[in-house]
Amino acid sequence: MTPDALLHPRPEGLYCPAGDFHIDPVRPVARALITHGHADHARAGHGAVMATRRTLDVMAIRYGAGFAGSTQVPEGVVEVNGVRVSFHPAGHVLGSAQIRVEKDGVSVVAAGDYKRLADPTAEVFEPVRGTVFITEATFGLPVFRHPNPQAEIGKLLTSLTRFPERAHMVGVYALGKAQRVIRLIRDAGYDAPLYIHGALKKLCDYYEGEGIALGPLLPATSDAEPKDFAGRIVLAPPSAFAAKWGQRFPDPLICFASGWMQVRARARQRGVELPLVISDHCDWGELTDTITELDPEEVWVTHGREEALVRWCALNQRAARPLHLVGYEDEAEE
Amino acid sequence: MKRFAALLERLALTPSRNGKLRLLVDYFGQTPDPDRGLGLAAITRDLDLRTVKPALLRELVSERIDAELFALSYDYVGDLAETIALIWEPLGPPLDPALSDVVAQLNGAGRAGAGAEMARLLDGLGTSERYALVKLATGGLRVGVSARLAKQALADFGGFYVAEIEELWHGLQPPYRQVFAWAEGRADKPVQAALAPFRPVMLASALDEAVLAKLEPGDFLAEWKWDGIRVQATAEGTERRLYSRTGDDISGAFPDVIAHMAFEGALDGELLVRRASDGQIGAFADLQQRLNRKTVSKAMMARFPAFIRAYDLLEAGGENLRPLPFAERRARLVPFMTGLPAERFDVSPLIDFAHWEELAALRAAPPDPVIEGVMLKRRDSTYVPGRPKGPWFKWKRDPHVIDAVLMYAQRGHGKRSSFYSDYTFGVWNGEGQLVPVGKAYFGFTDEELRQIDKFVRDNTVERFGPVRSVRAEPEFGLVLEVAFEGLNRSKRHKSGVAMRFPRISRLRWDKPSAEADRLETLEAMLPPA
Ligand SMILES: [Zn+2]
Ligand SMILES: [Zn+2]
Repeated sequence: MTPDALLHPRPEGLYCPAGDFHIDPVRPVARALITHGHADHARAGHGAVMATRRTLDVMAIRYGAGFAGSTQVPEGVVEVNGVRVSFHPAGHVLGSAQIRVEKDGVSVVAAGDYKRLADPTAEVFEPVRGTVFITEATFGLPVFRHPNPQAEIGKLLTSLTRFPERAHMVGVYALGKAQRVIRLIRDAGYDAPLYIHGALKKLCDYYEGEGIALGPLLPATSDAEPKDFAGRIVLAPPSAFAAKWGQRFPDPLICFASGWMQVRARARQRGVELPLVISDHCDWGELTDTITELDPEEVWVTHGREEALVRWCALNQRAARPLHLVGYEDEAEE
Repeated sequence: MKRFAALLERLALTPSRNGKLRLLVDYFGQTPDPDRGLGLAAITRDLDLRTVKPALLRELVSERIDAELFALSYDYVGDLAETIALIWEPLGPPLDPALSDVVAQLNGAGRAGAGAEMARLLDGLGTSERYALVKLATGGLRVGVSARLAKQALADFGGFYVAEIEELWHGLQPPYRQVFAWAEGRADKPVQAALAPFRPVMLASALDEAVLAKLEPGDFLAEWKWDGIRVQATAEGTERRLYSRTGDDISGAFPDVIAHMAFEGALDGELLVRRASDGQIGAFADLQQRLNRKTVSKAMMARFPAFIRAYDLLEAGGENLRPLPFAERRARLVPFMTGLPAERFDVSPLIDFAHWEELAALRAAPPDPVIEGVMLKRRDSTYVPGRPKGPWFKWKRDPHVIDAVLMYAQRGHGKRSSFYSDYTFGVWNGEGQLVPVGKAYFGFTDEELRQIDKFVRDNTVERFGPVRSVRAEPEFGLVLEVAFEGLNRSKRHKSGVAMRFPRISRLRWDKPSAEADRLETLEAMLPPA
C-alpha cells in the first residue's frame, strides 16, 4: 500500500478508502475523524464522529448535543474497518489532536493545526512518527517568527497605563485564543476583572471546568455605563468591534491577538491600533524544526502557504508536495 | 533603540493625532539624551545618517536565504524593509544598543564597511528593532508623523508654543540637548543661533459670506489672492533661505530667486513663475514643474523664471516687525522692496474698494487668470503664527473648489489602463475621519497622472481587484484640489453630499493632508433644504 492509497484528498476532505472515513471533512459525511473544534475543521451533520472528549464537548457547545449521529472517544489505538487509528495531542487548542492512520506498515500522521510553544491552555504537542507527516502551513513563510507571547501581553498592559481613559478592545476568536490570551494576562499578574463578549462565555466556562483558571470574567454586555470600561480590557470576537455592540465603548483602542499581526499591512487593514502577535499555530522555525525532528519519508503540506514549505523541503532534500485541500479558512479562527 | 522601535511601531498604527502626540511626549519623557533627540530628528528628517542602498540589503539577505523563499515572502508582506526585518534570522549575540550607538556605528562604518555593520546589527536585534534599523538606514522612515506634529509634541512636552520651537528649529542640531533641558526647566530658552531662521506663518481662514455684512470695510485692506505657493524669503548676513509655509527649506529648487535676495530681513509672499514664452504669470501647473526638486536645470529656470510677489514684511535689518499692525508693515514693505530687481520681487498691489459689493464685483472679474480670489486683512492685525480667527480672510473666486484627500484609485480604461487614473477623494468629518465625497478621472495632465500613479503604487494600503486604497491620514496623504459645478444632497453617499462634474484642478503636494477641507465646509455650500 502507498501512503496515497491510504489517505488522499477528496472534495469533502482527506479520505481513507480502506477505513471509509474522512478527516476534518468540510461537508457532511458518514464517518468523520476530527482533529479539533475550530469551525472549519469541525462541522455539524456527520453520521459518526470520532474525536477527543474535549473536541466533542466543544462541538456540543457550539452546535448543540445532536451535532452528529453518534460519537466516539478513541482510547489508545482504535481499529476502523481494519485501519489502525490513534489520536495524539497537537498543542493547538484545548482538545486538539493529530490523527495517526496506519495499515500494512504504512502510516500517515495528519497533524491538523498544531503548535509547539508552551501553552497552559492546551495539551502539549506529542511528536508522532509516520511514513508521511501532513503539516499545516498557516504561517509557512520565513517571515513568521512569533515573538514571546508574554512580551506581547506586556505591550497591552503598558498601553493600559498609558491610555487609562480608553477601553482596550482585544479581538480574539472564541475557541482557544480567548482563553489563551486571558491566561497570559493572568500570568502577567493582572487580576482585575476582564470583560468578555457574550460569544466567549460558554467556552470560557468550559475551560474553567477543565481546570484552566481564567480569573474573574464579567459580561461586557451588562448595563454598565460606557465610562466604566475606561482603562479596562474587553475581549470579543473581532467582528463584534465593527458591529453596533462595539460602538458604545469609550474611545476604544482596538487590539487584535493573532499571528497575522506580525505583518503591518494586515494590522492597518483591520484598523488595529495595537497588534498582539499571539498565534495558535507554529511559526516557520517550529514548522521546519518539527519536520526535521520527525524526519518522515514524505511531507504533505496543506492549509496556508504551501509553496514556501515545499520549497524548503526541496532545499533540504526532503520529499514533499502540497495537498490542495479546499474549504479551510486560512485566516479565520487562527 | 528598543524604545525608538516600539515608538515607531505604535505611531504607525495610531490614527488619532492626540494619540500620536501622547506617544511622542511619553517617549521624550522616558528616553534619556541623546537618544530622544536623535529619535526626534529621525522623525523630522533632520538626522544626519549615512544611508544604505536597498540593493545592499537585498544582497546581504540573499546570502542568508533562498531567493525563492525571499520572493514568496516579499510578495506576501509587500514592503521590502519589513520583509528583510522579519526574515532576517538573528544569529549573533543579542544586542541592546542605544539609538545613538546605532547612528554612530552606521556613520562610522564607511561605505565599504556598511554591509558588515548592518549584518552585525541585524544579527543582534529583535524584530521591531530590525525594522526600525532598516527603515532608518534606507532613509525610508515614514511613520505617519509630520515634522510639524513632532514639534508639536516637543512643545507639549515642554509646555510651550509650537511656534517657539518652529522659530528656533533651524538653529538647532540633533540631539537638541538644550531644548530638552529647557523643556525640563533645567535651562533657559535657547537663543536663536542660526542666521535666516524660519518664522512660523500666519494663515487666513475661509470667509463665510454671511459674516461679511458684520465687518466694516474700512477696517480691512484687500489684495489679490495669487495662485502660487506661500513662501518666506529670509536673508541675514551671508545666509539666504526660501521656506515653504510649513518651514521646509526649498532654497535648492529656486537658485534664481536666492541669487537676488540682496536684503536683510524676512519677506512673506507668493512664489510664482513667469512664462518665458509670453511673459505672463504662469499657472499653478507651470509652477509645479519647479516644485519638489532638489535641484533645477538651467533650461527650466529659463523657461519658468520664478519671482516673489511680496505681501508682508516680518523682519527688516534685524528689527522684528511682527508686533506692528499690518498697515504699518505694508507701509514699510514698499520702500524695502525698491532696491530689488522688479522681475524677481514685486509688491502685491492693494485693491481699492469702498463697499463689499464693489469688492465682490472686482473679485468676480479679476485682472489676471492666476488670481483665485481676494485676501482681506485687518489693518490693525499683528502677525501671529497659526490661523487666528478674525484678522485675515481668504475669499475665493470660485466657491466650488475644495481640497480633498485621495482615498482610492482605480485602474483606467483604454490607453490609461496601465495607470491608476480614477480617483475617489474625501474630506474630514467631525470625528476626524475621511469620508468619500466624490470621484474624478480628469482634469490632470499626463505628467500629473504619472505622478499620482506612482504615489498610488508607493502608498497602497489594500487592493480590491482593480481598486487600491492608499494611505490617507492626517499626517500623510495626497491633497487634490477638486473643482465642481455644484453640490446636491445625497442619501446614497455616506457623506450626505454629491458633487456635480467634479474634476481634479490641481495637485497639492505642498499641502498637509490634515489641512484638507472639512465636511462642514461642503455642507455649508449645499442649497437650502
Ligand atoms: Zn484551528
Ligand atoms: Zn485550521
